[in-house]
Amino acid sequence: MNAVGILFSGINENSVHELTKERTMASVPFGCRYRLIDFTLSNLVNAGITHVGLITHYNYQSLMDHIGSGKDWDLARRRGGFHLLPPFVTAFTGSGAAQLWSTWLEALVGVRDFIYECKEDLFVLSDCDSVCNLDLDSMIRSHVESGAEVTLAVKTAYLTDGTRNLTVVASAPDGRITDMIDSLGMPGGYADVSLKLLVTGKRFITEAINAAISRGYRDLIKYIQLRTSEGGDCRVFRFDGYFARVSDLTEYYRCSMDLLDPDIRRSLFAVRNRPVLTKVRNSAPSTYINGSVVRNSLIADGCVIEGTVENSIIFRGVKIGKNTHVKNCILMQDTFTGSNVYLNCVVTDKNAVIRDGRVLSGHETLPFFIGKNGSV
Amino acid sequence: MIKKKETVAMLLAGGQGSRLHLLTERTAKPAVTFGGKYRIIDFPLSNCINSGIDTVGVLTQYQPLALNEYIGNGQPWDLDRTYGGVTLLPPYQMNKRADWYKGTANAIYQNLQFIDKFDPDYVVILSGDHIYKMDYADMISAHKHSGADCTIAVFDVPLAEASRFGIMTLGENNRVVEFTEKPKQPKSTKASMGVYVFDRAKLAAYLEADEADEKSEKDFGKNVIPAMLNAGEKLFAYEFKGYWKDVGTINSLWEANMDLLGERPVLTLRDKNWRMFSRNDAMPPHYVGSGAVINNSIITEGCEIYGTVINSVLSAGVCVERGAVVRDSVIFGNVTVESDAEVDYSVIDADTVVGKGAKVGAEMALAKGITLVGGGLCLPDGVTVPDGAICGADMIKELSGGKNK
Repeated sequence: MNAVGILFSGINENSVHELTKERTMASVPFGCRYRLIDFTLSNLVNAGITHVGLITHYNYQSLMDHIGSGKDWDLARRRGGFHLLPPFVTAFTGSGAAQLWSTWLEALVGVRDFIYECKEDLFVLSDCDSVCNLDLDSMIRSHVESGAEVTLAVKTAYLTDGTRNLTVVASAPDGRITDMIDSLGMPGGYADVSLKLLVTGKRFITEAINAAISRGYRDLIKYIQLRTSEGGDCRVFRFDGYFARVSDLTEYYRCSMDLLDPDIRRSLFAVRNRPVLTKVRNSAPSTYINGSVVRNSLIADGCVIEGTVENSIIFRGVKIGKNTHVKNCILMQDTFTGSNVYLNCVVTDKNAVIRDGRVLSGHETLPFFIGKNGSV
Repeated sequence: MIKKKETVAMLLAGGQGSRLHLLTERTAKPAVTFGGKYRIIDFPLSNCINSGIDTVGVLTQYQPLALNEYIGNGQPWDLDRTYGGVTLLPPYQMNKRADWYKGTANAIYQNLQFIDKFDPDYVVILSGDHIYKMDYADMISAHKHSGADCTIAVFDVPLAEASRFGIMTLGENNRVVEFTEKPKQPKSTKASMGVYVFDRAKLAAYLEADEADEKSEKDFGKNVIPAMLNAGEKLFAYEFKGYWKDVGTINSLWEANMDLLGERPVLTLRDKNWRMFSRNDAMPPHYVGSGAVINNSIITEGCEIYGTVINSVLSAGVCVERGAVVRDSVIFGNVTVESDAEVDYSVIDADTVVGKGAKVGAEMALAKGITLVGGGLCLPDGVTVPDGAICGADMIKELSGGKNK
């Protein structure tokens, strides 16, 4: 594939602050054994892209730990492969304090040397905090066939009044983008929402970087808008599969529970030739002890289950004690529950410990959260 | 330039394992599935890396495709190295002749060049058909300490089973006095585990002598070890006191799988200090449906359980549909047990579909034996596979013929 992937980690860092206190959005655990970035990274790899740069922001230690050399995604290569691009902050700032990037365009300016060195003609730009299994190969093909400067992935979604942080894309019947609007000012109703995933060419990227440097543009969306108003050919690519982007803990909870739906699970994990790849942890298979009761739950490897689990998402290495009842919960890696515990609508981060006899309950609209290494 | 390695391990993985019948029809025994997400060879390979041995030659011969593909560049075991790592060693053509591996000793003899490249002091000989967790480094240090020419790992087996193994008589300080391969009248219960540490120079010398001996069967247990004993070399036993099981038969393979079950299993794979590594496909977590019943079982990635699973070990991607029952069984990867089918006291090889309402095997207490179903088969709806049967493609034809399907 003649394309290079550029991923941006951490634009929406504060949206699920409970989970991103010590990690980036990209490395938020999701779906028993995955991190959010796995979905985007797998989409790239499944489209045959073998050269990926990941621009990081704050707190990217857990992200580095997760991706390592990229070998679990087959991206440990001599030619191309995975490149971690730490945030660019120069020691010799002309004026004021050094600034960390806050938009795609600023980030691209910071990694322009990487971009200039890329021999590929096409660039795929994407955030890495969304959950979807998208046929990026056909998106790239439609980009090439249409001859557009930019092809932006969109999905039709129902927006309530004053939804935050989304870009609504208006387009003509032939797919040409006519306008891009921030969702905050939009009335409720159906609209095409940007998936923060686009395909473009090297020329467009280079021009955008030059414009940012010479004219002080800060926002790639604004720049695309400007190009469209000047008659540039920017188009949408419609995606109608399952798509989730989490904006807060309740939303995270809801999207996680979506995985209990067999159709959604199939559209994410059972697509032929498009597996979702992740870091291999070599956990032993999960053990069910006599007396365990499990209903409608997703369970990763490495768990030991003695009690009852219902409608829950159980990550790797979780222990469910005797006479313990876990209902509507998300228990992350290595959470330990003692015996006679009752949990309902609880989300635990890694290594949480819930001792014998504790009773905790949140609600679907506001799950009870226990932080990393927290103990009750 | 190649850096010197203190120890090189040679893993004999060419065996057919004919007593595993259908399971090894198209795969070598070391590549047989075990414990949900492992292959038998994961045990010696993980033991090597956990013991600090990073140079391993794997000798393959019988049906090597699955095994070669599985081992690949050794990445899952951290054996993808610039110096050393894992190397697959198939039989090869020589200048004037070509030979298959004629026995365990001959296989190593044909690869002495490989060993020499690393200029090791010690050579560890391993086999790819046992389930055990063992620190070879401890055995090597015992070997150094005793100043032995060869150290043999021994395991206490029940007297009734002793005639299946190489049996040793031990003298003072565990010095080996006598070694008999598969004796009819075993004199002791000290069985060789097929794990040897050799002084490299001694190994090379005895292999060359053995090769020259036309009457020799080219086997470590039958020829090389007795020859060393006769010549008065120092052979010591290293007693191993952990879990060790030869999984050469359907019964023992089934038993070893069952040893993983329970609150305090006889064999645990959760030891974080002795992790077992394996090559896995990226599969989603397993899903347990609303009507499912799971008791005392092991379930791994990619499974979908809607029916009942009791006292069983399920490999990746197994689907147990609504109303189906799997009891006291070992199910290999990607098997589907369709609705209302019953599987009892059986081993089912990978990619097989058990049709709706089919009945495989019989209740363990009443069954004549373990039922074995081959891989990649399609059992028609409603058929009965009798207990103790070995069910391959021929039997399926017979079964479906009777039902006019």
